[in-house]
Amino acid sequence: MAEITYRQALHDALRDELLRDENVFLMGEEIGVFEGSYKITAGLLKEFGPKRVVDTPICENGFVGMATGAAMLGLRPIVEIMTINFIMLAMDEIVNHAAKIYYMFGGQCPIPLVIRTPGGGGQQLSATHSQNLEVWFAHVPGLKVVAPSTPADAKGLLRSSVRDNNPVIFLENLALYNVKGEVDEGDYTVPIGSAKVTKEGKDVTVISYSRMAAVALDVARRLEEENKLSVEVVDLRSLRPLDHETIVNSVKKTNRAIVFEEDWRSFGIGAEIAATLQEEAFDFLDAPIKRVASLEVPLPYSKSLERAALTGAKQLMEAIDELTPRRRR
Amino acid sequence: MDAQQQAQPDTQNVSSERKQTVTALPKGEDRDTVLNYYYQMVLIRHFEEKAGEMYAKARIGGYCHLNLGEEATVVGFCAGLEPSDYVYTNYREHGYAIGRGISADVVMAELFGKETGTSHGRGGSMHLFDVERHFMGGYAIVGGQLPLATGAAFAIAYRNSSEVVACQMGDGTTNTGAFHESLNLSKIYRLPIIYFVVNNQYGMGLRFDKGSAVSELYRKACAYDMRSERVDGNDVLAVRDAVRAAAKIAREKHEPTLIEAVSYRFRGHSVVDPDRYRDKEEVKQGREHDPIPAFAARLKKAGLLDDNGIREIEERVQRDVEAAVNFAEESSEPAIDGLFDFIYAPETSDTSGTPVKTDTPNTSGTVKGAEKKGEE
Repeated sequence: MAEITYRQALHDALRDELLRDENVFLMGEEIGVFEGSYKITAGLLKEFGPKRVVDTPICENGFVGMATGAAMLGLRPIVEIMTINFIMLAMDEIVNHAAKIYYMFGGQCPIPLVIRTPGGGGQQLSATHSQNLEVWFAHVPGLKVVAPSTPADAKGLLRSSVRDNNPVIFLENLALYNVKGEVDEGDYTVPIGSAKVTKEGKDVTVISYSRMAAVALDVARRLEEENKLSVEVVDLRSLRPLDHETIVNSVKKTNRAIVFEEDWRSFGIGAEIAATLQEEAFDFLDAPIKRVASLEVPLPYSKSLERAALTGAKQLMEAIDELTPRRRR
Repeated sequence: MDAQQQAQPDTQNVSSERKQTVTALPKGEDRDTVLNYYYQMVLIRHFEEKAGEMYAKARIGGYCHLNLGEEATVVGFCAGLEPSDYVYTNYREHGYAIGRGISADVVMAELFGKETGTSHGRGGSMHLFDVERHFMGGYAIVGGQLPLATGAAFAIAYRNSSEVVACQMGDGTTNTGAFHESLNLSKIYRLPIIYFVVNNQYGMGLRFDKGSAVSELYRKACAYDMRSERVDGNDVLAVRDAVRAAAKIAREKHEPTLIEAVSYRFRGHSVVDPDRYRDKEEVKQGREHDPIPAFAARLKKAGLLDDNGIREIEERVQRDVEAAVNFAEESSEPAIDGLFDFIYAPETSDTSGTPVKTDTPNTSGTVKGAEKKGEE
């Protein structure tokens, strides 16, 4: 075990996969000579050369489609989209093509493609550079969507994504890149579609993913120390396929659930989780499910406005406070 | 074979009258080969007419776009390629599928939505596919196939393999972002690809020169310093030769080419389009340049075909098309319990962690358990 950053974990997984399989190559804007906007790919062009680390011009639809076409012939491209906000330019190739080709043509041509991209706000990048659009992709049959919150899961899930034979949207988060965590040095994988109980508890379940799962874990630990409140945290890790069993089992135990997400509340991941829980664990719920999400505004630039719009630990603690009977006493 | 050296069809007004004289067949054409082109053109003509008929009888659903009037373009395109080359097309692709050697039976079965169809009834008219024949799909989003085809060419270059990708599209596609992004990408990475624009002069109801600032569509390639040419889409041999020459350059030099084949759509955009926006006189003129009798006249002039021969081919095609309809009619609907098949691909040995040598072309793309069914 070694303590490394989320950024390093991604970098190491990319390097391992490039070494493991010659069909794997990287593609994206500024990933080579510039070494990546967020330096995930630093040093890889030098090590693997321009054939395996391909700088693309600015044309998201073009190069995402190109990666999809390369995957049709059996290569295993890993595409970096500089931030998730730019992925909208490639929606046609992702949703109408990558997600459809295996099904629409009767199972003749798998698409082993990974699209890595960071989402998230809080960096004063304002409305067009701070979004959380994972629900767009989680909605689509034919895609897989993963959103790890720790360096260990980032490494294990990236390996699984590259080795999967389907298009995988690999969601990162700008505010997670410098977060450190213990990472096993072996060639382990984390299965896609498997959530994880990152902290056991008995009073309430907080269900989250990506950066908010890390925030939820901090809050849960703090509350346990301060108030003897026992919060269980479920880190979804994958949004599609969604691990119903783990979230339902947790709620059956705690009887209360909060979904904590950085995206907008309406039609969000939280709405899907809440619906799933009322369908599959209705009799076990002692209180309505709470959704804690960001406010429904395009993210403003001003630090104070941005802070007011984004959700975080404070909002989660308020929700826990309202929901848990122990706190009311 | 530069654009400038090519004999150009009328570049000012492609729908203007052409000479009605019969052009002699070039020397050295193989008899069986050219007769097979003629057979394929007639087959596509009858297949498409039958598809329109079956649509009217509600045997075919959804949208249905026909290659009527474009038979010389379709057959010439396919004839210019090798069987190992990869083909991507748009949604007006029945003829291309047949031209790639997919049986008319299986194509008709897909139109009927049957399990025996090219895509097991999951795709329909606009989404034919056959991985074994490297027919990499009909695509129904205008321009969607261009980045994919560019990526297939990228994979070929990555493996230093010798196939070529040929990507068909309509005239309206040349106005999309995907077109321009793809041409640029193919040029900067030096990819073995042919972009093949079928200028049938209408993007649905919009005349091509109303939708494009440049009405000589092949000239759009100059923005990417790409070789390009315009060819008479009613001349099967001219189309074949242009594709063959572009394929040679793609194969040997990894240089992309844009070809514009000027053709004419005999009917509306799709089967249900009553075609009210086109001038009747213009349509009449367009149909006068029917590539099929024109090619028959050339073959007759060359002494390769007579009226008997024409009748025999007609009869053979009638039988083929009837057989295709019967095959489609008699085939089973896909089983409902297969509704969720093919959403996600299973694991393959490819993911086991063994590095795959780049000089071993692994281009089939097939996975275990998902083999093509029902084509025998």
